[in-house]
Amino acid sequence: MRIGIVCPYAWDVPGGVQAHVRDQAETLIGMGHEVSVITPVEDPSQLPPYAVDGGRPRAVPYNGSVARLTFGVKATARVRRWIREGDFDVLHVHEPLAPSLGVLACWAARGPIVATVHSSIERSRVLITGYYLAQTALEKISALVAVSEHARRTIVDHLGADAVLIPNGVRVDAYAAALPARDWPEPAIGFLGRMDEPRKGLPILLEAFEGMLASVPEVTLVLIGPGDVDEILADVPPHVRDSIVCLGQVDEADKARALASLDVYVAPNTGGESFGIVLLEAMAAGTCVVASDLDAFARVLDDGRCGVMFSVADSAALQSAVVAVLEDDERRARLVEAGRRRALAYDWRSVAGDLLDVYASVTSGHSGVREDLRGQIVGRLSRRRDPGDVN
Amino acid sequence: MGGWWWVAAFVVATALVGLYLSMTAGRLDRLHRRIDTSRHALDTQLLRRSALCLEIASSSLFDPATAVVLADSAHAARAAAEDDVVTRGLAESDLTRVLVEAIPDAHDADELRRESPDPTMLEDLRSTCVRVQLSRRFHNDAVRACRQVRGQRLVRWLRLAGRTPWPTTVEMDDTPPPGLTAR
Repeated sequence: MRIGIVCPYAWDVPGGVQAHVRDQAETLIGMGHEVSVITPVEDPSQLPPYAVDGGRPRAVPYNGSVARLTFGVKATARVRRWIREGDFDVLHVHEPLAPSLGVLACWAARGPIVATVHSSIERSRVLITGYYLAQTALEKISALVAVSEHARRTIVDHLGADAVLIPNGVRVDAYAAALPARDWPEPAIGFLGRMDEPRKGLPILLEAFEGMLASVPEVTLVLIGPGDVDEILADVPPHVRDSIVCLGQVDEADKARALASLDVYVAPNTGGESFGIVLLEAMAAGTCVVASDLDAFARVLDDGRCGVMFSVADSAALQSAVVAVLEDDERRARLVEAGRRRALAYDWRSVAGDLLDVYASVTSGHSGVREDLRGQIVGRLSRRRDPGDVN
Repeated sequence: MGGWWWVAAFVVATALVGLYLSMTAGRLDRLHRRIDTSRHALDTQLLRRSALCLEIASSSLFDPATAVVLADSAHAARAAAEDDVVTRGLAESDLTRVLVEAIPDAHDADELRRESPDPTMLEDLRSTCVRVQLSRRFHNDAVRACRQVRGQRLVRWLRLAGRTPWPTTVEMDDTPPPGLTAR
């Protein structure tokens, strides 16, 4: 199958959507499909062989903050050319409502179009400033996919359209193959996420850690993620501070190695989580998970069968839960094994299988994706002026 | 002088209304086309499902009793393919119910996989059942989007949809056999 994927955000800027597109493309290629990705990019030399330069992103104020988006006559010309020459069986657009390459692709193409909505849609922006334009783009989409129940609800409630839920995947093989790199003593427990975001719950873990040191004196706490360390650890007593290692922000490969080097991964989040992909990454890396009992986490941990759960924001419960698994090697090994099996159900290969089912149910009876020239004044002009600078 | 302004304003207004109408007609055309293709896709998946069921019934996969019931409902579903949408929906729902009863849980599915003469058969059945469900959702969503535009006053008064019949959704039970989809 020939699949064209449109990524709306700059390839060389880290982000959830970009990571999703990369994993999707590489998994589908691994399954023997032909995939081409068009994406905005700052430095085209950074692009992998399957990706095409969609133009430089421009910083513009949008939706209350500065967003880096790609649009305009030149970007339209590149998208049209990519669609014309790609001869795709199906077009997969990510974030179809972001004013970037995705919406340009919806206008420039006809035929089977699948779109994935990642974030919840801001009702005010999309529906009031551009209801008509949003509808005309949405109407061309044959199948809407949402990555979370939250995103699906916003589509159903605000746009009145239906969407299929296909959750995010984990590259299980990449995490399972990560080699531990222990730069700290055993046993180690870890935290991953923005340290200064209260909902990630680091203060609860820090409070519990002091008590853990009393029961297991040799334990180390590894903190991974962005945030001002000095400010966060300001109130921590010096003897506790000595048992804390800070890695700061790390790339994907280092994250996998760090997770694989932990004995226990702790997710003390207090809310705002819709899925809990990091839990699955830790489970795939063979690390025991201790997490707060949020609904999203309970779902991923199969109600505690694949990890330990404690009541939200209760640092005493967190402390005893971690100490209990650290002291019981047999139980920990059992949880790790159950976690590995659980992560397989969320493997990207099974997500890609679900996507292929969606592709199959929109492509049968279709001759493939074609360029749509009707009513597109900008497109017609840009076709004539096509600078011919796309790969 | 004043008269010319009125003429100019009238011409501009007419042009804008004309542009809006032509764009709406274009939208309707696209939406009808989308319904046609999604309906075709659903037809394809339904026919594939009943064909697979007949094939499975004639293999030695199921016990004879299940095979007879399955073949009977699959035949009925194929015979209803040319009927109206309600009759066909009922026949396809019957086939769905038989499949759900034939493979009720993951345990049964594992047993069948072990004994299956052709391991790909059950996997084909699973993906076809899932695709039936997806195609129907996408079709009904296309119908909903089209009805929304056709319900607009201007579209109704000016009969922008022409003679195209009012789009209908397809209603049927399309639950895939729970034994096959359990993870």
